[in-house]
Amino acid sequence: MLTFTIRRLFFAIPTLLFIALVIFMLLELAPGDPMANVPLTVPPEVKEQMRQALGLGEPAPIRFWKWIVQFFWIEPLNIFDALFGTSFAEGKLRIISWQNRAPVFIAIAERIPQTLWVVGTAYIVAILIAIPVGIYSAYRQYSVFDQAGTFVTMVGFSVPPFFSGVLVIIIFAVQLKWFPSIYDTTHVVDGWDAFVFQIRQMFLPVMVLALQITSQLSRFMRASMLDNLDQDYVRTARAKGLQERAVVLVHVLRNSMIPVVTVIALGVPQVFGGAIITEQVFKVNGIGQLLITAIQANDLPMVQTVTFIIAVLIVLFNLIADILYGILDPRIRYD
Amino acid sequence: MPDGDTRNVLEVNDLSTVFQTRGGAVHAVNSVSFHVKPGELLGVVGESGSGKSVTMMSLIGLLPSPPAEVRSGEVLLDGEDLLKVSPERLRDVRGGEIGFIFQDPMTSLNPVFNVGFQIMEPIRRHMGLSKAQARERAVELLELVGIPGARARLTDYPHQFSGGMRQRVMIAIALACDPKVLIADEPTTALDVTIQAQILEIVDDLRAKLGMAIVWITHDLGVVAGIADRVMVMYGGQVVEHAPVHPLFNDPRHPYTRALLKTIPSVSGARAKKLQVIEGQPPILGAAPVACPFRDRCPLVFDRCHQQNPLREDVGAGHDVACFHPLAQTGREAVA
Repeated sequence: MLTFTIRRLFFAIPTLLFIALVIFMLLELAPGDPMANVPLTVPPEVKEQMRQALGLGEPAPIRFWKWIVQFFWIEPLNIFDALFGTSFAEGKLRIISWQNRAPVFIAIAERIPQTLWVVGTAYIVAILIAIPVGIYSAYRQYSVFDQAGTFVTMVGFSVPPFFSGVLVIIIFAVQLKWFPSIYDTTHVVDGWDAFVFQIRQMFLPVMVLALQITSQLSRFMRASMLDNLDQDYVRTARAKGLQERAVVLVHVLRNSMIPVVTVIALGVPQVFGGAIITEQVFKVNGIGQLLITAIQANDLPMVQTVTFIIAVLIVLFNLIADILYGILDPRIRYD
Repeated sequence: MPDGDTRNVLEVNDLSTVFQTRGGAVHAVNSVSFHVKPGELLGVVGESGSGKSVTMMSLIGLLPSPPAEVRSGEVLLDGEDLLKVSPERLRDVRGGEIGFIFQDPMTSLNPVFNVGFQIMEPIRRHMGLSKAQARERAVELLELVGIPGARARLTDYPHQFSGGMRQRVMIAIALACDPKVLIADEPTTALDVTIQAQILEIVDDLRAKLGMAIVWITHDLGVVAGIADRVMVMYGGQVVEHAPVHPLFNDPRHPYTRALLKTIPSVSGARAKKLQVIEGQPPILGAAPVACPFRDRCPLVFDRCHQQNPLREDVGAGHDVACFHPLAQTGREAVA
């Protein structure tokens, strides 16, 4: 397993470099000018100088190489410095956002907690609901519970968050006034009341996101359980005189979790990537929001970096999914 | 051979099982009765779809319900009716007093747990042993069924065993709690002939050692001839003939039994041009049978067979047959 992991990590390097190149080329091809938002009164030659100052005068391969060096060497040094108080990265140019001339990683570090709080909580809530619902739906297939579950998941799956988000705002924030409609990013949790407020403001976005994720996961869990429930080994387990609970929650569940764990692991990068639409609806200043504003402002370094970080996470969690698969299923051996 | 103990460890009377499907009811088991004594091996034969497995699974509630429903009958295990006991008691019986071996060893073990865990499960459930004691018992069982290096193999997973070895593990699981009755549902069908011979030997050996009653389901008449004390022939969810092993093979009375015996190709003498077959398919009964289920394929069919379902009638010592034809009553002398 260890050799497999090391080999996979090694093979990830060319993959990631290629992904970085593709992202860079795509952004290169995209129309748009970082100076588009500069007032028209600024003379063209000044604008040209500003472009030069951003490094746009250099040929594309040089800019790509510089970004690679910044991302893989200078930014890690900065993180190291921040952690241990050293000064290895002093005087080296970091990846700078074109919007506010501040390092991209500082903006990302500011936004990540918001996204993890809201989207991460939604993901955990969704897993905690979806797995029991999926198990019970499969065990009592076509029961009233299963039918109701199927209906709710179909609705949750097909209603987009820009609709369900606005709907819950109208019902719970405007009409019932139970929860705030806007997420206050500056809110600091420093006591019980502040914590309660945090929970209340998280409630609606978490609900909208969790509904969607639960819908997918519970269907997956149900299908996987159904695949396993009529296997011969289940009959063997019953013939041993085991309790139904042990038959379902030990024998069937362990087998059914194998594909579901893969799906859960592969969904984690999306948590870091944020939920662009839901963050917009509830004004959560997360990564999704950061990415969308960067795209609108033609802030290429920011777009390139955020997209690439998401790509790294996807590659990483693919590997984690494979490792989990190997742990859960003894038939799979990588060495 | 039965050791003079004449009480029945398992007695089944008038058992009927019906499957309620969307396409209508299927009467899979129709008023089946049989019994086994301690140390005795009852062979159950019949072609696929004759209700052998369903009958045995009905005994301990292993059929999924719905669609299966045991309509009537009683299943007496040492006098206790298993169809009337609580689910909790039934679970104690399963694996504890009745062991079950299934047909396909490749799929009957859970692929994600090691065999030690799977053998220890019923031991800990029924015998209440500690983990360490259960482990010792599991080693003992694996040695009993002839798995070399038993202790080291406890932590192996099913995919690390061959088909024959997996079936031995299944047998070890079935025997784990010293059951009174062992039901083996075509345990050698999925195995090749040499492994089959080994498994037969193990079971015969264990029967002598442990003295349990065995119900052996098969469609291989050769296997039955080799190990059974008594044989029950099933067709259309009914018992059509039942006899000690020698009378059944020497003097088969039911046309179906005769036809089955004719299908065995002979290795001596001139080679037959074609293999003998029984034409047609076993029936799927949409209602409780009111006529002989074999009538459509029977060479001896006559009027009465279409109007009435024959009951089992004694025709000799422990030999009974369900057929109206005079031949069934008088035996082979009359044929010649």
